[in-house]
Amino acid sequence: MQPDLSAKNLNVTSLISVGQHPKSGRARRAEQDARAVELGLTLSGDQLEMLHVGAGDDAVMRSYLGMGLPKMTLLKQDDGADAVPVLCDYLASHAPDILLTGVRAESGEASGMLPFLLAEKLGWPLVSRIAEIGDVKDGVAEVLQALPRGQRRAIKVRLPFVASVDNAAAEPRQSAFGPGQRAGINDMPVAGGEDTVRAGWEESPARKKPKRLKVVKAKTAADRFKAATAKASGGGGKILKKETPTEQAQAVLDLLIEEGVVR
Amino acid sequence: MSDLIRRDPRTEWIARNRLHPLHAELTAPAGDVRGPTGLLRKNPHGVGFIGPNGLKRIDRLAIQLGESGPQGGQRRGAKAAVEVQLPLVTVESPDFYVVAVLDMVGGRLTGHDKDVLGQGHKLVAATEGQGAVVAVTFGDSKEEAFDKAGVDRLIQFTGEQYEGYSPEQRVTALQAVERELDPEYWLFPDSIAGGQELGCRLAARLGERPATQAWQVDAFTSLCRGGSQRIDISRETPRLLLLGEECADQIDETRHEATVIELAGVPGTLARIEDCGAVDVDPSQVPLGEAEFILSAGNGIHDWDQFHQAADTLRATEGASRVAVDDGFMPRHRQVGATGTWVTARVYVAVGISGAIQHMQGIGQCDKVVAINSDAGCDMVKRADLSVIGDSQQILAELIRLVESRQQGGAENAA
Repeated sequence: MQPDLSAKNLNVTSLISVGQHPKSGRARRAEQDARAVELGLTLSGDQLEMLHVGAGDDAVMRSYLGMGLPKMTLLKQDDGADAVPVLCDYLASHAPDILLTGVRAESGEASGMLPFLLAEKLGWPLVSRIAEIGDVKDGVAEVLQALPRGQRRAIKVRLPFVASVDNAAAEPRQSAFGPGQRAGINDMPVAGGEDTVRAGWEESPARKKPKRLKVVKAKTAADRFKAATAKASGGGGKILKKETPTEQAQAVLDLLIEEGVVR
Repeated sequence: MSDLIRRDPRTEWIARNRLHPLHAELTAPAGDVRGPTGLLRKNPHGVGFIGPNGLKRIDRLAIQLGESGPQGGQRRGAKAAVEVQLPLVTVESPDFYVVAVLDMVGGRLTGHDKDVLGQGHKLVAATEGQGAVVAVTFGDSKEEAFDKAGVDRLIQFTGEQYEGYSPEQRVTALQAVERELDPEYWLFPDSIAGGQELGCRLAARLGERPATQAWQVDAFTSLCRGGSQRIDISRETPRLLLLGEECADQIDETRHEATVIELAGVPGTLARIEDCGAVDVDPSQVPLGEAEFILSAGNGIHDWDQFHQAADTLRATEGASRVAVDDGFMPRHRQVGATGTWVTARVYVAVGISGAIQHMQGIGQCDKVVAINSDAGCDMVKRADLSVIGDSQQILAELIRLVESRQQGGAENAA
């Protein structure tokens, strides 16, 4: 899909991070951030500003750039330093209309707090887990939010706003190696405060979570035997046998309406 | 009369002879009986009853269920399941509060919510003084078993301003809770159903640094999952926690008060986010594993066009049993069960599916099951919350007609 380059005059900024492959642990394009870049590209074409705070792994940055952007901004600081104050300063002076982030980082603490902290500090509204941004008219954007179970919700939100992009958003385009290598990275050294709280934490490779055991709290041997052998049954379901098909269908429909699946 | 104790050989003989017509009257009932001298006697022979084959049987379950002793050779039929009254735990004047903000998907407690409440009680037990677990819910709730899930106090925010997507108003409400109760801990389920978002918003507002995806928490340290599920972070337990699933055992041995607390009043907020309601999603595009409402077909379906029409009218995702897939009526990716997809639907309507055990495993996580079947004795009917016995073709036809007339009626009302 070609980005729509018509002058929407939207200032869109996508925050990107260094991702991590879940199995091999190799640095890569983060999935949600790549989707945020894709969404930004469809909104404002190559006017999109791509922003990263941190040491900035060159290969990863270039794989984002290979999606079709001539340049990006890198606020250079140590990887362990706090990104929020630096980002706040930068965004307050550059003032994008829409700020796109992922939901959760793929490495480190991955608390998912960054969009919330930015929205709180900048005083902008935040919409989480969006799948699409539709029309932007008169300073109001129509946003499609991804809900669990594949559902969608339409939301209207005033500009400027922060949005975290869900995995349900459009797949990111392939990254082209050559253009990525030729694109420019604007380095801006910044000094973020060190994350002192985190220094006291201990990190270890993830342990397997213990599976919850099904404990049978039976008092007698007969009960235990029954629990071990009996088939699962709801017990006490309503059975309609003699009613006419119309009444039966009505009963089913009533249940569906009560559960809210038929509107 | 003299004090001599006399034996009555005739009654002794009748008591020995279980075929005698007076036998049942003369057999001493179980339990304690006064002997002829006034002493308390226990009759070990009074326990149990004579089974149909003439052997003595002792029904220990019946004793446990509080039924009285032997009933002259009659076996009890189906035992009525007696609801055991769990002990009530009361907290009269709590020294501190642990507030759990619950997801309440579809107005009911989720398993994750119950885990979070269990964690709340674990933290209360580990902290000095008497604490109460406060549950906070938004919107209307259909839940009746708050007391059994471990809710000491309940705060319900209902009203138009909390409907739909209203995170800003909800955070304002939670701030009011913070002012009023000053909780020792804030607990949220780290879930995509809204708990994570609300927890992060409140953390940002209060300036707390939350523990996220925490899965082993005590009063001192919490173990949290890091990015891509690759690392565990061990850290001091903060005041605000976003808890992963199965973080603690659910409460199942006690009852709690679930007293409703009324807050003085929550200021309104200027809503910068407007909820325009749910968008219609093509149900056939929703993956079967996460579909909310599934209409599933089995061997009992003969008119497949009608079935597809019914799924379309009801806006349900289509599923199928293995037989329907093997016979080529449905594609393989629609198969529900052990060899197909394990579904998590809230409502599952099984049409013409008798319920093989592999299929029942696949629908184990479904909330409400409706069976439409011609056989009243099948396993699906035993599992279902509502069973309709009859010809599936007729019932589906009626169902389509009813839904269509309802939609037209709704359209006329709206117009």
